[in-house]
Amino acid sequence: MIVTINGQALEAQPGQTILQLALEHRISLAHFCYHEDLTVEANCRTCLVEVVTPGDSRLPIGEIVPACTLTAAAGLAVDSQTDQAISLRRDNLDLLLSHYQPHCHDCPRGGSCAVTEAIDQDSLDLTRFASSATDYPQVRLGKAIEYDPNLCIACNLCVKACEAVGVGYLRLAGQGVTNRLTVTDNPAVECVYCGQCTLHCPVAAIREQSDLSAVEAALANPELTVVVQMAPAVRVSIGELFGFPVGKNLERQMYAAFRRLGFAKIFDVNWGADLTTMIEAEELLERLEHGAGLPMFTSCCPAWVRFVEEAHPDFIPNLTTSRSPQIQAGAAYKTWWAETAGLDPQRIVVVSIMPCTAKKHEANQPKLAIDGLKPVDYVLTTREIASLLRKHRIDLARLTPADPDRLGEYSGAAVLFGASGGVVEAAMRTAAFHLTGDAAVTIDWQVLPEQPTIRQATVVLGSRRLRIAVVSTLQSAKQVLTAIRENARTYDYVEFMACPGGCVGGGGQPVPTSRRIIRQRQAGLRSIDTHKTNRLAQHNPAALEFLDYCAKMPAERRRQLLETSYAMTGSLD
Amino acid sequence: MNPDTLLAAMAAAGIVGRGGASFPTDLKWRRLKDLGRPIGAVVCNASEGEPSVHKDAYLLDHYPDRVVGGMVVAMEFLGVREAYFNINRRYFERYGRHLLSITNQITADRGWIFHYFIEEPSYIGGETGALLNAIEGRRTQPRLSPPSPSIQGIRGQPVLLDNVETFYDVDRLVTGDFQPTRLATVTGPVPAPGVYQVPRDSTVNAVLVATNNRPDFTFFAQVGGSASGEVINQEQTTTYELTGCGAIELYRADTPPYQILRRWFDFYAAESCGKCTPCREGAYQLSRSFAAIGPAGPLPWPLIRTIVRTMKRTSFCDLGNSLPVPVESYMKNVLGMEVAA
Repeated sequence: MIVTINGQALEAQPGQTILQLALEHRISLAHFCYHEDLTVEANCRTCLVEVVTPGDSRLPIGEIVPACTLTAAAGLAVDSQTDQAISLRRDNLDLLLSHYQPHCHDCPRGGSCAVTEAIDQDSLDLTRFASSATDYPQVRLGKAIEYDPNLCIACNLCVKACEAVGVGYLRLAGQGVTNRLTVTDNPAVECVYCGQCTLHCPVAAIREQSDLSAVEAALANPELTVVVQMAPAVRVSIGELFGFPVGKNLERQMYAAFRRLGFAKIFDVNWGADLTTMIEAEELLERLEHGAGLPMFTSCCPAWVRFVEEAHPDFIPNLTTSRSPQIQAGAAYKTWWAETAGLDPQRIVVVSIMPCTAKKHEANQPKLAIDGLKPVDYVLTTREIASLLRKHRIDLARLTPADPDRLGEYSGAAVLFGASGGVVEAAMRTAAFHLTGDAAVTIDWQVLPEQPTIRQATVVLGSRRLRIAVVSTLQSAKQVLTAIRENARTYDYVEFMACPGGCVGGGGQPVPTSRRIIRQRQAGLRSIDTHKTNRLAQHNPAALEFLDYCAKMPAERRRQLLETSYAMTGSLD
Repeated sequence: MNPDTLLAAMAAAGIVGRGGASFPTDLKWRRLKDLGRPIGAVVCNASEGEPSVHKDAYLLDHYPDRVVGGMVVAMEFLGVREAYFNINRRYFERYGRHLLSITNQITADRGWIFHYFIEEPSYIGGETGALLNAIEGRRTQPRLSPPSPSIQGIRGQPVLLDNVETFYDVDRLVTGDFQPTRLATVTGPVPAPGVYQVPRDSTVNAVLVATNNRPDFTFFAQVGGSASGEVINQEQTTTYELTGCGAIELYRADTPPYQILRRWFDFYAAESCGKCTPCREGAYQLSRSFAAIGPAGPLPWPLIRTIVRTMKRTSFCDLGNSLPVPVESYMKNVLGMEVAA
């Protein structure tokens, strides 16, 4: 059917809303409570259009309707630029943001901002109405996330994102203007720091706890050796904040940018992922050998681990004891590499660039310390590093692509860690190579109907048949855990990621993120693997060297460097 | 009474929704019956969260048997064995014991279940979607429609929701006691404030006269609820019929506009559920501005006009849409100001 928006005749699908149609055709229209993956909220009342020709909608001419609730109807014509629509939209935007204090100077958002866009586009005057801000205290969630109720516009998107991921920790409460973000009063529900809230907040009222100033201070200190490592998912998403197409691999531009920012060494979390793959595959084969601790669960997603510790501690024995890639790599830098390079580990600062907010919490866990030092000192999200690049006026498009240092080299398997399914696939290659001498594995995934967040397969490795599964979102994880509780033999090995689609959909990624965007980022990672000559963890020479170093250590030291333990917490920290 | 006869009798008697919308009850019931889907429950709305309306309390006090009787008629009509009272906490405290003894008897006799959802008194708590959300354990906020809240009522099943007085009327009808009357709540500086049975097409003036409440001072009145009702001047009372939920609040003609307006603005600012921008922020702006200027200050008419227009044109639900009704009618009928169409 044909629908006209602002004089432009457009083909619309049945059931499509006018806002969806407008966004599809890049017709700009303010909106603060709509996200394409979530149900319509219709509470901000800013995407207003005026009915010009009712067509089959049968609405009165001149009616003002939010485009998010107006379904396409044949012959319908609407206009967002009539005098009425403009002035009512401006009223609601000025009201909505009356208590909003622009905080661009310390906003870790990395560029995309609905507020500044609306201020420019709809000529807002945020001082036109009295501010409804009250002196609410800021709230910190672990060492990962913070929110400022004074900035909250009660759009409800973080609450819905938190529910959708399967946590349900956030909620809005309060009548009238006191309707603001708060947390659940159910003591059985805990935040897992996944950061999906920060990814859905249109105004960065809920956001990562920023480590930007600490990192800048470290970079400015000549006595420190500051090394950087970037997670797989970051390279295919950072470009979105600088006008590149979604999924474009910008790792070599980022390596160049890191040098420009003053990092002494450019390493890569992918190098750590090759370590993790080898440790984890070895543990899997051992568990299969002894038939104990099965199914084995991945543990590189800290939000998932926290979810198990808090809500499903009976599954703690199933978690692999392998530390996550950033932590194993960080330990390698501060021990083996420091020795090789003749550096004092106390003067090495490790900075991870992650698509994740939970990694901030992970890096701060005292139990992971090596000789009293944190393996990773600071974690910046994809958005934070974009903010830093902007601040230093570093334009990725103008940089000459560069290469990393030796501990930045990695196999194609490692980069797969950045998307749901990658950890299992990397481990399968390594296990296959170990058992058969051939790393080529075909995995014939079976996707559960209507549920792309759960996949399963049977893999034949020599004489073994492994039942594996890949799960993303904690909502889906609950379902799979229930199935495993009913029948422990359902799977041998399961990968769990808290965020939809894995780390590419992580809570530290650029805004906006949606299922559609996540698929394009996944394709970007897949393509890196396909084009790599080395696609197997065991073929990473520097990683093997470090494992040799560990093998020569006493068992206790080896465990300290590579393995972790879990606690049945049952409550926060 | 067979279903068609019942509906025909309801139509003939002119039974309509007494929550304020006056929608013909037979049409509402028929629509649910014609869905051809199992109906989840019958719901009696005893929220009565609007100030100066007391008719539901009056009925629960004097005619609880009839109210429950009307619900039972609806349950039989729809083949439903479950009902809810959405009841204002103050009312439950006063009339709950008697109501329970009536419904417990029905449960004992027929096995039908009556749930009591005790609502913290609020204006939004009587709005259909918000009420159903509250019963389901969600926030007391209106729902997006479509789907209509009565079609997607409680846990996905359709529900029939009617006001206390509507069920009372249905019971009067099936027991042969129906009279074409309705309840009027008269409040304000009048000699005999209270709830009265009056002929249902009475003018406001007729109600005031019949209840000995016609004052000897000049006045204006708000009809249909002290938050959402229209304001008419003294002259208009002789032709204006009782509407909405049947409330008449009288004001002395010399009541300062500041006092009148501030009461509405404070009410809406406090009672807005906070869901949508124009109602949450708009009502707050008005209330705050009035607190700031004080009784002696000049009234901020441009701000009032801006917010009233935005709330009227863009609010999510009928609570936000309704503030403009008293404000604009007061401006027009009492203050003689121009109001945009």
